[in-house]
Amino acid sequence: MARFRTWVSIAVAGALGLALTGCSSTGGKRAEDARKAQQAQGKAAVNTPKWTFSMITHSGDGDTFWDIVQNGAKQAAVKDNINFLYSHSDEGNQQAQLVDAAIDKKVDGIIVTLAKPDAMKAAVARAQKAGIPVITVNSGSADSKKFGALTHIGQDETIAGEAVGDELNKRGRKKALCVLHEQGNVGHEQRCAGAESTFDGKMTNLYVDGTNMPDVQSSIEAKLQADKSIDSVVTLGAPFAATAVKAKQDAGSKAEVDTFDLNEKVAQGLQDGSLGFAVDQQPYLQGYEAVDLLWLYKYNADTLGGGKPVLTGPQIVTKEQAAKLAEYAKRGTR
Amino acid sequence: MTTTAPEKQPEPQLDERLLKTSPWKKLLGRPELGSVVGAIAVFVFFAVAADSFLRATSLATVLYAASVLGIMAVPVALLMIGGEFDLSAGVLVTSSALVSSMFSYQMTANTWVGVGVSLLVTLAIGAFNGIMLTRTKLPSFIITLGTFLMLTGMNLGFTKLISGTVSTKSIADMQGFTSGKDLFASTFTIGGVDFKVTIVWWLALVLVATWILLRTRVGNWIFAVGGDVDAARAVGVPVNKTKVGLYMGVAFGAWISGQHLLFSYDVVQSGEGVGNELIYIVAAVIGGCLITGGYGSAVGAAIGALIFGMTSKGIVFAEWNSDWFKFFLGAMLLLATLLNHWVRKRAEASK
Repeated sequence: MARFRTWVSIAVAGALGLALTGCSSTGGKRAEDARKAQQAQGKAAVNTPKWTFSMITHSGDGDTFWDIVQNGAKQAAVKDNINFLYSHSDEGNQQAQLVDAAIDKKVDGIIVTLAKPDAMKAAVARAQKAGIPVITVNSGSADSKKFGALTHIGQDETIAGEAVGDELNKRGRKKALCVLHEQGNVGHEQRCAGAESTFDGKMTNLYVDGTNMPDVQSSIEAKLQADKSIDSVVTLGAPFAATAVKAKQDAGSKAEVDTFDLNEKVAQGLQDGSLGFAVDQQPYLQGYEAVDLLWLYKYNADTLGGGKPVLTGPQIVTKEQAAKLAEYAKRGTR
Repeated sequence: MTTTAPEKQPEPQLDERLLKTSPWKKLLGRPELGSVVGAIAVFVFFAVAADSFLRATSLATVLYAASVLGIMAVPVALLMIGGEFDLSAGVLVTSSALVSSMFSYQMTANTWVGVGVSLLVTLAIGAFNGIMLTRTKLPSFIITLGTFLMLTGMNLGFTKLISGTVSTKSIADMQGFTSGKDLFASTFTIGGVDFKVTIVWWLALVLVATWILLRTRVGNWIFAVGGDVDAARAVGVPVNKTKVGLYMGVAFGAWISGQHLLFSYDVVQSGEGVGNELIYIVAAVIGGCLITGGYGSAVGAAIGALIFGMTSKGIVFAEWNSDWFKFFLGAMLLLATLLNHWVRKRAEASK
């Protein structure tokens, strides 16, 4: 073992030495720092008491989308002098427990998603009883009002899906593939069903294992090889769009790849033409508005939407807008 | 419980592996025989059920799916033959990709530096698993479950801390990326069909692992520690070293897979890899490795990966209703394993 350790330390030292000499003159952290230096930092704009707001979502670990939501919420929290707390669990009952914990902590406001409405019903009712205002975001537009939330901010998944169907018609597509990366996610099913309802051509669903990129790629590839008549592929999350493009190239298919949600690579893909369009539900806005509206409610008893959900999407993004959005996607706000 | 132990032979001065046995008997004694039959059955099934399955391009897709899995299934099989398993193998692949990506990016270093650092870190995690296991004598289930959870958290935590988002930044514009891509994520063309380079890595790993298992002293140690630890220790097998080495072998596989992930998608999502560890184990088991250790082969694990690849892609080629995808997958795997088991029983009975 001792000799093994010696070898490890020699190897580590060698690698560090290499790291110092073997620098890349393109890309990397240095280029990013140069960009960051140009950006300004936010400061609190109000002197209301430092309220604590808690956001509890149904996100899994390491989801890009929810990262952008958080960025929006944090930015608004800085401006509104809010102490912002975030927690998440993709299991319905654990998400409800996190809401309970926030109530026990006596926070001043709760932001919650209703991806699994039945599991969340009791928790939201408890918040109500404790006099804590609740705003729902992202999913749950149907149940938000029923559960007694102040307002709902988000995209109606079915409407977003319908927008995709319309856009595919506009582009003269005949046969589309809807790629679902989480089996059993209600929102995903609604998106594909919405798209199918307005799409004049034929749409089929394909389930892939979202935690395993090579599997996503080979599954889409297999589908495109099996059915050469597919002329468009719609992925439901930004990270899967680039993979679909690769799969399409490897399968020798001419299909157009379109996607829900944005990230840096999607913006790039739109620019270079490897992607057709993206449906953005503006996650940054969902986080930002939720915190801001809670603040407005605490400060001024304001609400928004008049009992109807406040929609943040769908916004169809194509090549024209992509150049501007690429910059924002890079900093994690689009 | 070893494959290489025909009982009493007339020439004791010769190494037992050099003794002549009839080719037929040799074949029946191989642990991968069952999985070969299973693989042929699955192949024939999908060749009939899906018209596009037999196209060369389709087979290249199937081979790609099998190779990505196989690169991990082979070292995992060796570990299983040595009597242990590794629940952290799935997320370790992601960790490995994250380390090379973030190191290169943050240090603005040539990507090859990141790849090298990642190899060291990944091997160190493998060694950690092995050393913890041999020092504490706790079951591998507990040790590697702990590592699995810690790695899952660290993947996310470090990525968020360092990159500010949950995926790494693109390193595609950095020096050394193109050559890295050539090695880990390129394609080569045979007869107009594109094949992924992972297939070569996979086959190379199978060859090396088979050579180690059947032709070296270390191979005997692996069978010995998996068969009976105390007996192995009694005859002077370095049990601890062997086990640590096996975990480092899995880590090496994770490193190759991780670099493939990084260089084919140039950004890495930090939440990936969870659940894949079970698929590696499944592939090894389909390939004839015993969960209890001491029996199995690298070729078998590779064929297990092939069965899994054919099944998961064959279902897509056959265009079955995708609501039932997981069900079909489970049923096919169960059938393949049962067939495999049945063939092995027959083979053992006829010996």
